[in-house]
Amino acid sequence: MSGHRCEIALTVNGESVMETVDARKTLVDFLRDDLVLTGSHVGCEHGVCGACTVRVDGVVVRGCLMLAAQCDGAKVETIEGVSDSGEIADLQAAFEQRNALQCGFCTPGMLLTAQELLANGKAPNREKIREHISGNYCRCTGYHAIVDAIESVAQARSGGKR
Amino acid sequence: MKPAPFAYAKAKSLDHAIELLARPDGDARLLAGGQSLIATLNMRLSAPKLLIDLNGIGGLAGIAVKNGMIEIGALTRHAEAERSADIARHAPLIALAMPHIGHAAIRNRGTLGGSIAFADPAAELPACLLALGGEVEIAGPKGRRTVKSNDFFKGLFETALGPRDVLTAIRVPAATKDTRVGFAEFARRHGDYAMVGLAASAKANGKGLIDVRLAYFGVGNIPLRAKKAEAALAGGNVDDAVKALASDLDPSDDVQATGATKKHLAGVLLRRVAKQLMEPQP
Repeated sequence: MSGHRCEIALTVNGESVMETVDARKTLVDFLRDDLVLTGSHVGCEHGVCGACTVRVDGVVVRGCLMLAAQCDGAKVETIEGVSDSGEIADLQAAFEQRNALQCGFCTPGMLLTAQELLANGKAPNREKIREHISGNYCRCTGYHAIVDAIESVAQARSGGKR
Repeated sequence: MKPAPFAYAKAKSLDHAIELLARPDGDARLLAGGQSLIATLNMRLSAPKLLIDLNGIGGLAGIAVKNGMIEIGALTRHAEAERSADIARHAPLIALAMPHIGHAAIRNRGTLGGSIAFADPAAELPACLLALGGEVEIAGPKGRRTVKSNDFFKGLFETALGPRDVLTAIRVPAATKDTRVGFAEFARRHGDYAMVGLAASAKANGKGLIDVRLAYFGVGNIPLRAKKAEAALAGGNVDDAVKALASDLDPSDDVQATGATKKHLAGVLLRRVAKQLMEPQP
């Protein structure tokens, strides 16, 4: 009932996974160490930088602020999953085209966060985009190119609707 | 950093959670959204022996309007409250505060009950609860009780919650047509904890205001009412209200700003919030 080791069964990028994990293991460490899905990054480990962003049951969360043990029965999606499925192909292309990264450490988290912002089909203004990605500010870049990239995809997807 | 080892248990019911809290060493923590708790575990600021996960307990989330009050279940996520038409209509102050709480990913997990129970002195929701004169519903080994917001916040991260208590819901009076609310904060980055913030409510009375409640956060160990400024604002004088803050507030220096800077910013916020309170709201 309670213990230091927990059995979990979940789906990760559509595949069923069953593992026994340390209770103290965070979701992002589980994804990286146990499943070798290293696209989710470990930055600050206290919820500030957003490099560990993943999707759990359809919404973005901090992978460092959830325990793997809490993900029993959950549907987890990582940057590898949404990249392979083609869901964010247009965002990835726009990031590449506009050089919307420098070191790239924050990029997987930025992409997943941007995808959630654009999921409702509307085109947010630049202020809203900045507000939404504020939880993923990391170190390098002034973020202008990232905002440009997200804005261009938003407009392309919505056909200009605000 | 990584957390120190702990055991993890999923509470099956409220009673089960209260039972699990009964440990001789008292070293168990409740896990709701985990957006503050897991950060403190990762940094080893906290190292409990047992985490009791409340997330599987049914009936602790949800928003309901009853008897002129709006009740928000403790496990209601910030994102749900942010999208809720009931919150927008009946608790507009909470709706105003929501976008300032952490970031989207944090709001997807963080819970209203967790935020109130954690009682971070720089957090938005404790101040909102105080500004609205709300109350907290608590379940413990001796049954249920209700604690008014005035009596709930005791000290730095210290509340009326006992070691075996679980916060189950918060309640605030539902807004009426003469309700006025205002909210503003200064943070270095959108979504960060505020350097100084202000949550306020009042009732319109002709062209003036009555029942003004100004609850500051980030300026003390708990959210603080600025009572002299409230009286001055009810008298219609914003300049006097700003001056009154000098005796209402005495913020200490912290890593974000000096006490003097915070005091100045508190005045700037008061002018902004006073404008919101005095303008008729939709």
